Amino acid sequence: MVNLTVNGKIRAYDGDPDMPLLWYVRDDLRLTGTRFGCGAGLCGACTVHVEGRAVRSCQTAMRTLEGKKVVTIDALSVNGAHPVQRAWVALNVPQCGYCQSGQIMSAAALLATTPNPTDQDIDRAMTGNICRCGTYQRIRAAIHMAAKERA
Amino acid sequence: MIIENISLSRRRFLGGVLSAGAFVIASRVVPDELFAQEAIFRTKADAAALHPSVYLGIEPDGTVFIVTHRSEMGTGIRTSLPLVAADELDANWSRVRIEQGVGDTRYGDQNTDGSRSIRDFYDAFRVAGASAKSMLITAAATQWNVPASECSAVDHEIVHAKSGKKLGFGALVPAAAKLPVPKKDDLQFKAKTAWKFVGKERPIYDLKDITTGKAPFGLDIYREGMVYASIEHPPVLGGTVKSLDDKDALTVKGVSQTITLDTVKPPVQFQALGGVAVIATNTWAAMQGRKKLKIDWNDGPHASFNSEPFKQDMIARVKQPAKVARNLGNVDAEFAKGGKVLEATYYTPMAAHASMEPPAAVAEFRNGKVEVWTPTQNPQAVQETVAAAVGIDKKNVVCHVTLLGGAFGRKSKPDFAAEAAILSKRLGKPVKVIWTREDDIHFDFYHTTAAVYHKATVDGRGKPTAWLQRSVFPPIGSTFGSPEPLSFELDMGLTDTAYDVPNIRAENAGAPVHVRIGWFRAVANNYHAFAAHSFADEMAHAAGRDTLEFLLDMIGPGKVIDLKAQGVNYSNYGAPIDKYPVDSRRLRRVLEVAGEKSNWGKRKPGNGWGIGIAAHRSFNTYVASVVEVEVDAQGRVRIPRIDQVADAGVFINPDRVRSQFEGAAVMGAGLAMFGEITAANGRIQQNNFDGFQVARMNTAPVQVNVHFVESGNLPTGVGEPGVPPVIAALGNAIFAATGKRVRELPFSRTKLV
Repeated sequence: MVNLTVNGKIRAYDGDPDMPLLWYVRDDLRLTGTRFGCGAGLCGACTVHVEGRAVRSCQTAMRTLEGKKVVTIDALSVNGAHPVQRAWVALNVPQCGYCQSGQIMSAAALLATTPNPTDQDIDRAMTGNICRCGTYQRIRAAIHMAAKERA
Repeated sequence: MIIENISLSRRRFLGGVLSAGAFVIASRVVPDELFAQEAIFRTKADAAALHPSVYLGIEPDGTVFIVTHRSEMGTGIRTSLPLVAADELDANWSRVRIEQGVGDTRYGDQNTDGSRSIRDFYDAFRVAGASAKSMLITAAATQWNVPASECSAVDHEIVHAKSGKKLGFGALVPAAAKLPVPKKDDLQFKAKTAWKFVGKERPIYDLKDITTGKAPFGLDIYREGMVYASIEHPPVLGGTVKSLDDKDALTVKGVSQTITLDTVKPPVQFQALGGVAVIATNTWAAMQGRKKLKIDWNDGPHASFNSEPFKQDMIARVKQPAKVARNLGNVDAEFAKGGKVLEATYYTPMAAHASMEPPAAVAEFRNGKVEVWTPTQNPQAVQETVAAAVGIDKKNVVCHVTLLGGAFGRKSKPDFAAEAAILSKRLGKPVKVIWTREDDIHFDFYHTTAAVYHKATVDGRGKPTAWLQRSVFPPIGSTFGSPEPLSFELDMGLTDTAYDVPNIRAENAGAPVHVRIGWFRAVANNYHAFAAHSFADEMAHAAGRDTLEFLLDMIGPGKVIDLKAQGVNYSNYGAPIDKYPVDSRRLRRVLEVAGEKSNWGKRKPGNGWGIGIAAHRSFNTYVASVVEVEVDAQGRVRIPRIDQVADAGVFINPDRVRSQFEGAAVMGAGLAMFGEITAANGRIQQNNFDGFQVARMNTAPVQVNVHFVESGNLPTGVGEPGVPPVIAALGNAIFAATGKRVRELPFSRTKLV
């Protein structure tokens, strides 16, 4: 049995301890905002926050989450009010939108530790998140915009 | 035109799929008799009291329902087409609800492919909006006993300016609903100056839902009693199961059974591939069970496919004469005169679409009917393919279209939907089929590999007097049973080179096919444009001339090019040639603007910095790309800036047009730098995003500037045409920076320093 908190709710999990967090939030909790992209920690589409840090939920086994706090895109903010989400809207970042949950979670975690990131900081934090539509330029601009707004 | 290449026995099935197919010139894109057919699925627009069009309905509370029948994969089309109708209607956008149409021929063509949704449906959505408005105005004028001509629509109300009377759309719906739908010829359309939405920036309808994770993609569908399937496909196309041991797989908690599927028989079309499906109560269990399968395969003949010798064979083939596809003047006579000759051979490998959302589908087979939920570019092809797979009539297939997590051409081939339907029929319950990323990379309908040969004789100023272009590639046609490329594959950058050269010949041949070949964003333009515009740059350099000046000189003042007179039955992306001619004046103009807007000519290339240019017409749109590169001492390439100049006629939503050209620059640069799929013994060697590399934040072009040439022409494609010129311009920039002419993709394969 694994006891954890997901989006503020206490949960008890008694399934396969090797199952990645990704499939727990998606298939069990139906929190579908967290996306499956590669299953190998290579694309970042499944990024969530565990104890405030951005992690790839497809590489995070349920057994490692005892007592941990998990936040998914579904509860990053009330009604999309996080500065990163607002910047994403202001700059019309998404095209297809599939990777953007992960992009936003990575960006939010970056700003939590690095309130005023440089372009190099953004490269470092965001290179693990693929956008096949190619919205990188707007993602970079939106992160800078969100940083300004928070300051 | 595809059908001509197919035997009679397959004609009926293919006729169905391909009448909705990618590049066929449809005789009837928009249906004439919109109400002639029974609805497959009743939308809220259908149910609305006022319902002048399959695309639009209005309720007495004033809510306007607009149906988008084209698929949303990131272009913004789900928003843009409704904007066209809402503008004609003079609706208040906040009162508009967008519905996604199911697969149904009553909507006309639904294959969201070929960058033509606006081109083909702009008028239909204007008609939908204008029809509703006309009926509302007639209803108001009758009620007020004033001439309809004195009434107008303003922000969701009908207004009689003289008397100051006004009524909301909703209040007029009951009376308007009793009126006949006006004839198209009697409708009045808004003047351009009166447009409120068209041509203005507007966020996409799903923006908030995307940024909060609520937007539903194909993988997000869950049905009561649903089971999950992960399928081990034959590693070599056409392979069959020799022996299967699923004992260990069945020990995985949650796994209930395995099902062996029939292997696809050629032509592959969009059929399920075959293999062994593992059925489980959740996704993870299905994937784990699948890893424990022990399968021996009969690989079949395609196990002979090895990319390196295949490449050498293609490069040898492309030096041999092939079928003539375009002939202007007499190239051979000009060659026979001697003089300065340039020749070069270019090569591009296979590539994968690798949309971020892997293929997925949910199917529910019940009482001889199938309901499918899937991220498809072509729900009518889902109807056809699923119906054939489970032996029912396509009218009994309801295909719900979710948002698509990327597509780029992959998701117009619904093999994964067929798999879900076959399994649901077998199991008698809803089934979700989920492809892993490895499945997606291993079993794509690949962007084909190509070899392209160019030869020219040039005059004293380096301009070609005769130009031979020849391409060889395993064709998309093979997916439908044709060993030779279909004409549309040649009409993408091989037969339509728009330079003013007195003698031109284009030739082409197919090459053997060992995997499924499909269309990838910009399709054959990518390899044809890479070769042609690299070669143009080579000619300019050979003459010691500035490439932009040289290209403008080769185009001359520009003109409408009559390809028919040169033996080309030009398919023109399915558009009528009189309305959408090949006009090199527009090509010239995008180049001129590119020269003004970019850093072209402002800095001397060399010492690890270079700039390249190329211009290309595709999908009836004219694009010039200028790419800057920095190549460091280790040969690493950084792309600080790309300028894209596009003439795509009238824009509906300029921000979404801009975003398409931004994304095309990123995808084009990524494809050119890293994109490569190879096979060994018929098996694809790349597995995931480690093996098949795409552009990332730290490798993508840093800054993409998009500039529009506002020609006022009819709207043309924007999703694809931004890709091809970027590839050639990048290669030309690398040459400018390093002095190395790289004639092979991906560029990362060549040591630059």
